[in-house]
Amino acid sequence: MSQPAINHETPLNRRPERKKAAARIISYLILFFWIVITLIPLYWMFVMSFKDTAATASFSPEWFPKRPTLATYIRFFTETDAMRWLGNSLFVSSVLTFTNVLFCSLAGYAFAKLRFPGRNMIFWMLLGTMMIPAQVTLIPVYIIVVNTFQLGNTYTAIMLPMFATVGNIFLMKQYMSTLPSTLIQAARIDGCSEWRIFYKIILPISKPGLAVLAIFTFVATWNEFFWPFLVTQTSSMRTIQIGLASFKFAESTDFGAMMAGSVVAALPMFILFFSLQKYFLQGITIGAVKG
Amino acid sequence: MERKAQVQPSKINLFFRDYGWCYVFITVPILVFLLFTFIPVIYAFIMSFQNYHVMGSTFIGLDNYKQMLNDEIFWRSMRNTFIFTVATVPVSVAITLVLAVLIFPRGKKMQTFFKASLYLPTVASGVTMALVWFWIYDPTNMGLLNMILNYIGIDNQMWLGSSSTALFALILMSWLTGHGAGIILYLAALGGIPRSLYEAADIDHASSWSQFRNITIPLLKPTTLYLLVMGIIGSFQVFMSIYLMTQGGPNFATTTIAYLIYVHAFEYYQFGLAAAESFALGIVIILASIFQFKLMSSDVEF
Repeated sequence: MSQPAINHETPLNRRPERKKAAARIISYLILFFWIVITLIPLYWMFVMSFKDTAATASFSPEWFPKRPTLATYIRFFTETDAMRWLGNSLFVSSVLTFTNVLFCSLAGYAFAKLRFPGRNMIFWMLLGTMMIPAQVTLIPVYIIVVNTFQLGNTYTAIMLPMFATVGNIFLMKQYMSTLPSTLIQAARIDGCSEWRIFYKIILPISKPGLAVLAIFTFVATWNEFFWPFLVTQTSSMRTIQIGLASFKFAESTDFGAMMAGSVVAALPMFILFFSLQKYFLQGITIGAVKG
Repeated sequence: MERKAQVQPSKINLFFRDYGWCYVFITVPILVFLLFTFIPVIYAFIMSFQNYHVMGSTFIGLDNYKQMLNDEIFWRSMRNTFIFTVATVPVSVAITLVLAVLIFPRGKKMQTFFKASLYLPTVASGVTMALVWFWIYDPTNMGLLNMILNYIGIDNQMWLGSSSTALFALILMSWLTGHGAGIILYLAALGGIPRSLYEAADIDHASSWSQFRNITIPLLKPTTLYLLVMGIIGSFQVFMSIYLMTQGGPNFATTTIAYLIYVHAFEYYQFGLAAAESFALGIVIILASIFQFKLMSSDVEF
């Protein structure tokens, strides 16, 4: 007598559980499928960089290099100015990271915590320029830097327009406005100068925000292509990205060395990403979510 | 009298004492802004009415704009830009949303794992990705795509070399790369939706699909809007992958407006014409952004 009742009950109770389990399996399948799709190009790059010409030209696909070789890397470093390009990139990215951390945190602090005539107007004017596409200002900026200031093919030319960016100021303003104002007021009553307040109080407590700013600026400037590409002419002034791109237009495309170069250009960023993952993943939301 | 003059500093001094530091703090960004945004915008506007020359430009009125509008290739690149944007941005945002919704219910460790692996390609530069994809699309069976298709019996295709597939190849690449940042933004937004809304819906026996449609999607709207606007701005300006992979070809099939501006300015040195084209692009971008804000903010209110 009781059997039908049990039979009637159990499927009803179980169905949501089973459905949930099925949904979880399906969602894992989709996610892993997508990871494979997005990571294959990177995996391909790594594999190909360890194959030499004979293997890359062979028509049988190799998912694992059978005879891994560093010949492509040696070719990349000996036949191009790769070391110089890497050095240039490191120099440009480091300087720009420093200037952006300094000037954008100063400005971000001023816009977030200080009151002065014209503050809002100036801030919105800066922010409004984010709407203007880069192409509109590109040609005049090029003329100003290269023709007016005669800075073509110099480090200054590469760095000048990105010395302090509006995006970073906005990021810092968002971050600084979450800091407690009472600290600042207390220091001011004690007779601290504004610079001292910034240097001694604001900077130390803003470290997480500054770290995010620094990481993102470093990666962005390391990966920047268009502007350094426009203002550099000689191989010795190129950054790694431009050098890598120029490699493609060599007489016959040497895929092996090109992939070795891609690994060389990307690897520092991957290492940076894995060691500072927390900052990357949190940092993206600081500027965007509340903005 | 004398004493009073000493005690009371002038108005200018007072102003500097109170606000001097504030202006010092923003000086450098303001200078960068003036030199690299404000002056250039005005300069570009003037230049678009000139036949620009280093040795002295001549005013030619609307000739650059006329030339632009009569140029068949300008319209073609506008069309290419439009097709590229419409085909890539909504699909990419949809993919991003689906991935984020699938990741969200997972445990913290799994979430981080998925976030990190899907963000990794974003850390690589555009040049790196363009070169890798250039190889994936290689017309011989050395290219990954042809290799895979050979397995299922499809012959080699000239992905980037044929005008019927080149633009599609660029679109496909953009579908499959760079959702990392969007996923992280969506996950943050999903975390901000109050659980109580879903609990109430559960009590009302709302299906998970209807919860997704009526709670999740509307509450994610600000993030969706942000991703759409940023995606559109980005795809209107797509340059480097085109420069490296197709050079705008074959037969202008992948010439976008940003690439055309580059060619006119830095290969033919027609700065005036290029300036006119960049204003056209600027206006399109701003109109598209306004249109989206209107469209997205009109209906549901919470």
